Amino acid sequence: MSVIVERQQPTANPFQPPRTVHSARRRVSNIAIIALSLLATAFAVAVLLFLLLYILRQGLPYINIDLFTKIPTPNGEPGGGIGNAIQGSLILVGLASLFGIPLGLFTGIYLSEFGGRSAIATGVRFLVDVLTGIPTIIFGLFAWIFIVVPQQGFSGLSGGVALGIIMIPIVARTSEEVLRLVPKELREASLALGATESRTILRVVIPSASSGIITGIVLAMARVAGETAPLLMTAFGNPFFNSDITQPMESLPHTIFFFADSPYQAQNNQAYAGALVLIVLILIASFAIRWATGGFKQRGR
Amino acid sequence: MAIEVRNLNVWYGRAQALHDINLTIGSQGATAIIGPSGCGKSTFVRCLNRMHEEIAGGRVEGEVLVDGVSIYTRSIQPMYVRRHIGMVFQRPNPLPTRSIFDNVAIGLRINGLAGGAALKEIVERSLKQAALWDEVKDRLSESAAQLSGGQQQRLCIARALAIEPKIILMDEPCSALDPIATFEVEELIRELKNAYPVVIVTHNMQQAARVAEKTVFFLQGKLIEEGETGKFFSHPEKQETADYITGRFS
Repeated sequence: MSVIVERQQPTANPFQPPRTVHSARRRVSNIAIIALSLLATAFAVAVLLFLLLYILRQGLPYINIDLFTKIPTPNGEPGGGIGNAIQGSLILVGLASLFGIPLGLFTGIYLSEFGGRSAIATGVRFLVDVLTGIPTIIFGLFAWIFIVVPQQGFSGLSGGVALGIIMIPIVARTSEEVLRLVPKELREASLALGATESRTILRVVIPSASSGIITGIVLAMARVAGETAPLLMTAFGNPFFNSDITQPMESLPHTIFFFADSPYQAQNNQAYAGALVLIVLILIASFAIRWATGGFKQRGR
Repeated sequence: MAIEVRNLNVWYGRAQALHDINLTIGSQGATAIIGPSGCGKSTFVRCLNRMHEEIAGGRVEGEVLVDGVSIYTRSIQPMYVRRHIGMVFQRPNPLPTRSIFDNVAIGLRINGLAGGAALKEIVERSLKQAALWDEVKDRLSESAAQLSGGQQQRLCIARALAIEPKIILMDEPCSALDPIATFEVEELIRELKNAYPVVIVTHNMQQAARVAEKTVFFLQGKLIEEGETGKFFSHPEKQETADYITGRFS
C-alpha cells in the first residue's frame, strides 16, 4: 500500500499525462503511425489516380465509333478499330463465367456449409489457395495441352476454359468467406421452421450473403478480363470479327499488348483507347450486376 | 399435446450436458424452465424439437414422446418434428434482407404450405396473433431489420405461429429485450398459452412466476425440482431450489 501512495504525485491531474520519457515516446509513436498510414494511403491513391488520368488523357482522344465497330487496319494505317477485341473479350469472359462461377460458387458452398473441418475440406481449401497463387500462364498451358493440342488449333473455347479455371478459386474462396459470416441464428431460424438443410442454404444463407458473393464474382470477372498470358496460347488472337468459339479469338488485353508495342503511332494510340475501354467495361459490369441484384439497396440500409 | 421426456442424456462431444432427465409437460399452459447459466436449460428445450443435433458434436440418448410419438425414432425426420414444434430464440433473428411480410411467410413458402391469397390471410392472422399487426400493417414490404428489438421478437413469434405449430418453445425470448418489450412479449405469452402449450426458458425468476403455471429447476445438467409455480416459489422442496430462488447461491 505505502509504495503506491508514495508513487502518486499529490497534485497530479489524472487526465493530464505525466511528462515522462515513456509517455513522450508513446505520443511520438502514435503520431508517427498516423502519419505513416496517411502517407502510404496518399501515395497509393496518387499512383492509381495518375494511372487512370494518364490512360484517360492518352486514350480518350481516340475513342470514336470506329473503335468499337471496325477491325484493325493492315500495316498500321490510320483508322480502323478494335471491335474484334471488344467482341472477343465479352465472349471469352462470358464463357469463363459460364462454368467458372457455378463451379466456384458450389465449391464455396461445400467448403462453408458441408465440409467443415473434415480432412477433405481442409485439403480442398489448401488446393484452392494454391490455385489462387499459381501464375495464370500455367492455366493457359493446361488449356493448351488438353484442348488446343487435341483440337489442333487455337480457339475461343480453350481461352474461355483457361479463364474459367482462373475464376474458380477466386469465386470459391470469397463465397466461402461470406457464407461463413452469415450468423448461425439465421440458419437456426430456418431449420426451426422445418426447412431442410439444402433449402436453408438456398433460401436463407445464400440470399443473406448475396452482396458479398456478387462482389467476389465481379472481382473474378474483372481479374480474368485483364488476363493476357493464358490467352496467348489458347484464344491466340484474330484480326477479324469472330463469334465462333472453335476459332481463334481476339481479346482486349491481347490487342493492347500488341498495339502498345507496335511501331505505328496510330496503333499505340488505339492501345490506350483499348485500355480505357477495358477499364470502363469492367466498371459497367460491376455496377450493372450490383444494380440488377439490388446490392446497392441492401448496403444503403 | 403433451410432452413426455424419459431418461434423456445429452452430450456436446464428450461433455455431458444433461443427466437422466425425466419430465412430463402437460397439454395446457406455460412451463418455465429456470436455472443458472450453463445448467442445461437451453440444451433441454433444443432437444424437444431436435435442434440440439444441429450443433457439431451434439448427441442425444433417451426418449422424447410428443403425444405418445417418440420423436427420436429412426424413421422420423427432424424437419417434420420442427414443422410441428415451433421455436423462438434468445436473440430476435428475423431475416434482415427480407421484408416483414416475407419473414412471416417464409415458413409457409419453404414448406410449400400456402400461396397467394391464402398466404396473405395466414400472414395477417399470424401478425395479429403476435400483437404486431397494427404496428406493421402499413409497411409490410419494408425490411424487417428496421423494426425495434421487441417488434423483431414478436415478428419471430408470428413467423413461428404461421406454420401452425402444436407446441411453442421459447429459449430466453426476452433476455435481449428492454423492460417494455419484455412486457409486450410476456403479454403475448399469456395470450398464446391458452391456445398452445408453451415451454419457456428464462433466467428471470419473476418472469417465470408471471407467465408460467409450472416451473422446472435445472442445476448442473440435472433436473432438481418441478412443481406448480406458486408452490414452487413459496415452498420449494429441495434445499438447492430454495438457495437458488432466494439468491443464496454460490
